Amino acid sequence: MTVLVQESPEVTKREKIVNDFNINVATANGSGSQTSNSLLIRSLFKMGIPITGKNLFPSNIQGLPTWYNIRLSKDGYLARREAVEIMICMNGATVAEDMASVAPGGIILYDEVLPIAAHRKDVAYYPMPVKELVKGADLPFALRDYVANMVYVGVIAYLLEMEMAEIKAALEWNFQGKPKPIALNWDMVNRGYNWAVENLTNNQPYRVERMTGYNEGKVLIDGNTAAGLGALFNGLTVLAWYPITPSSSLADAINQYAPQLRQDQNTGKSTLAVVQAEDELAAIGMVIGAGWAGARSMTSTSGPGISLMSEFAGLAYFAEIPAVIWDIQRMGPSTGLPTRTSQGDILSAYYLSHGDTRQVLLFPGTPKECFEMAGNALDLAERLQTLVLVLSDLDLGMNLWISDEFDYPETPFDRGKVLSAEQLKDLGGKWGRYLDVDGDGIGYRTIPGNAHRMSGYFTRGTGHTPYATYSERSDDWENNLHRLAVKFETARTLVPKPIVEEVEEAKIGIISLGSNDPGVQEARARLRTAGIETSYLRLRALPINQDVRDFIALHDKVVVVENNYDGQLHKILVTEEIQHATRLISAAKCDGMPLSARWISEFIKQVAA
Amino acid sequence: MTTAQSRPMPAPRVAKTNALGLDKNEYKGRDSTLCKGCGHDSISARIINAAWELGLDQQQIIKLSGIGCSSKTPAYFLGASHGFNSVHGRMPSVATGAMLANRTLIAVGVSGDGDTASIGIGQFKHAVRRNLPLVYIVENNGVYGLTKGQFSATSDKGQKLKYAGVNQLPSLDVCVEALAANATFVARSFAGDAKQVETLLKAALSHNGMAVLDIISPCVTFNNAEDSNKSYPWGKEHEIPLQELNFVPRMEEITVDDYDDEQEVQLHDGSWLKLKKLDTDYDPTDKMSAYRILEESRRENKMLTGLFYIDTKQPNMIDLLNLTDTPLAHMTEAETRPSREALQKVMADL
Repeated sequence: MTVLVQESPEVTKREKIVNDFNINVATANGSGSQTSNSLLIRSLFKMGIPITGKNLFPSNIQGLPTWYNIRLSKDGYLARREAVEIMICMNGATVAEDMASVAPGGIILYDEVLPIAAHRKDVAYYPMPVKELVKGADLPFALRDYVANMVYVGVIAYLLEMEMAEIKAALEWNFQGKPKPIALNWDMVNRGYNWAVENLTNNQPYRVERMTGYNEGKVLIDGNTAAGLGALFNGLTVLAWYPITPSSSLADAINQYAPQLRQDQNTGKSTLAVVQAEDELAAIGMVIGAGWAGARSMTSTSGPGISLMSEFAGLAYFAEIPAVIWDIQRMGPSTGLPTRTSQGDILSAYYLSHGDTRQVLLFPGTPKECFEMAGNALDLAERLQTLVLVLSDLDLGMNLWISDEFDYPETPFDRGKVLSAEQLKDLGGKWGRYLDVDGDGIGYRTIPGNAHRMSGYFTRGTGHTPYATYSERSDDWENNLHRLAVKFETARTLVPKPIVEEVEEAKIGIISLGSNDPGVQEARARLRTAGIETSYLRLRALPINQDVRDFIALHDKVVVVENNYDGQLHKILVTEEIQHATRLISAAKCDGMPLSARWISEFIKQVAA
Repeated sequence: MTTAQSRPMPAPRVAKTNALGLDKNEYKGRDSTLCKGCGHDSISARIINAAWELGLDQQQIIKLSGIGCSSKTPAYFLGASHGFNSVHGRMPSVATGAMLANRTLIAVGVSGDGDTASIGIGQFKHAVRRNLPLVYIVENNGVYGLTKGQFSATSDKGQKLKYAGVNQLPSLDVCVEALAANATFVARSFAGDAKQVETLLKAALSHNGMAVLDIISPCVTFNNAEDSNKSYPWGKEHEIPLQELNFVPRMEEITVDDYDDEQEVQLHDGSWLKLKKLDTDYDPTDKMSAYRILEESRRENKMLTGLFYIDTKQPNMIDLLNLTDTPLAHMTEAETRPSREALQKVMADL
């Protein structure tokens, strides 16, 4: 077998580049590349290398182009990085632009049957005889396409000098020890590897090496799985949901882990009800019904679902019923780009529903926070007797992240203010559902099934008195809104506090949230190199608390970095801190991609200038 | 054909209190704010009576509704129960959530024809399909009352209303929709027929699954003209009971007189529903018969009432979820927070 390897002179004698580059794999959706890519990322992770994987996939089951971007960063910078050093081309539909996207000095592996228009001089090409190698394996016809991608795993393993044992281990993990698929795929990886050994001269510069100091005690997990686990460990008892990308994997994770985590060992019965509702309206209706009747209940959805849940969100707010919504944000408005990330629901979620509503929002920034905030959300919903929305996004929810192992939750559940039959007896049956006894704006409630004769009350979204009776009186209405405003002030003191890193002499403060964190962290390092010091506040909830006000007051310029077009968080902060409106500068971008450190740092350089 | 006069009546009650030792007044709610003579108020009265006679514990009952005149009524009965007036057309999902949280409750849902057949047809049919344990009462008057007289999806073709004009569209039949969604209990009654409404209510309260009661309940303000098939005059004239019904609660000895052509259905909780056939061919366990008789009565413009279909064998949605016997709402932290070791195992397996 002869193989043409074109090498440009400038790449032959370069220093090795170890654990610090980007691999981009271009395949067709539904071709089995999810398995091959997960092998790559998992084995690199197990070699101790800081990595991040971004799956750029189409809203499609089979055929449309998909990319998987793996960044290796020995320094631990895990934001999306735009440049690509290693391109693996398996899709003819995009091969021209994929090859063009590679940085000078990079390398390109490609299926040799793909049409190549022109070769660049500044990159090295490695054509792979994929079809031939698959043919040699003598596989059933139906399986050929699915294992074909294992060829590039073998070839890249050779070129980068990956540890084959880790690839094998990743394969075994992926197929949960099932011998047949493991053997089938492993054979194909080896065919690719052996072909490369025999036919390629490895004089390209990119290498991986086992390292320590970063991945120890860490796990590779997506935010949706983390959120599902967090709910399971924090007493979720009712999950009602409707399938929608990119949130479905949250419910999938709960279904996957519930038998192991939430089944009564003696009876085999479940301590959790999971219902796939007929739509998002029914899903939130079930959550509210369950919350009203004493369950810890939640749903997971994305932007279109949030729009549909708007009316019920107002009911939960005004009738004061605990409920949790996980919003895994994607591009909107409308159907938007269902498989691309965004933080475009901040404004609509904060003011969700008609009338004077303000909702409590949580913003997890890591899988570990997804795990923890699943518990915070259920607690806050019951404590505040209201809807709590957790705003994650596609990047955090669906992509794999290196995360600290989750800590076992030590704090007891907060079940909020619930009167038992005994307590009602002590009160002589005298109580008012919406009476502000404690001055925090939160009344006491009873749960249906309470045996006390006076426990029953009537829940409604229409005007009501402190004793839950129907009222159209102006004073009753206004008093109720006043109390709800007091409750919102209470919420400020209870929601997760921001994470603040003050740098002395920093004139610029950065406020950001959620999955932007790695991009902001890396941008700050770049800015420091350029002589610009910044402070950083990562907001973890709305409403804002005093820490946020202090941070804004302390800095001459506060750049609000977010992944949407309108600068939605910026608008909310301007509204809440109107006296500092001119300090707040919006850095908003919305192109479907996670924010890169390059974009953030360039923006802030302009602000600093 | 047997006439209404010959129906065997249950033994007259002499006691002023029920099995729980409660006076009937204790089952009342707040004063109704509906129009005088509204059919909905008669239904509320029947709910009060049925719950009292059956000796139901109001603390174990939840009453839910959507939006509209009918949906206001849960405030007017069973005042000690928890009530929930939710959003328009979405009561079924709220009831679903509540029953998931506490499977031991008894749920009574009240809806109207707009709330069920127009805005809420989707949730209605899906809750039916799931066989949610819920007594689902449709107070059906063929008109939007609270917004002052628009047509609903159950308004009949050709029907005239003062402001809305003439309805050009065919109506939806709540019972047919329920059957098509695989309902396990489908009945129709007329608010003016107190005994039948109450008997069906009692049977519905003992049914394991969703019991759909489509009760024609005339709107005295917007839809009570003699030519409307949802009016009192029309209903009194055209109601044809399918069976004579009798309900024997679980705790009572069966002392009812024998019927000819009688069919007995034992309900989930051990109660018996006895049906004396008026149409000798009719079998309420045969779904084809139910479709046929509903379509025939529609063509003949008759108000057929009674139990059209019952299936006591189907599991309800809670049964299918294999949940713990203890209501989920009563689960403690010890029961719902997996162990430290369980988290360690999950982390190790990642």
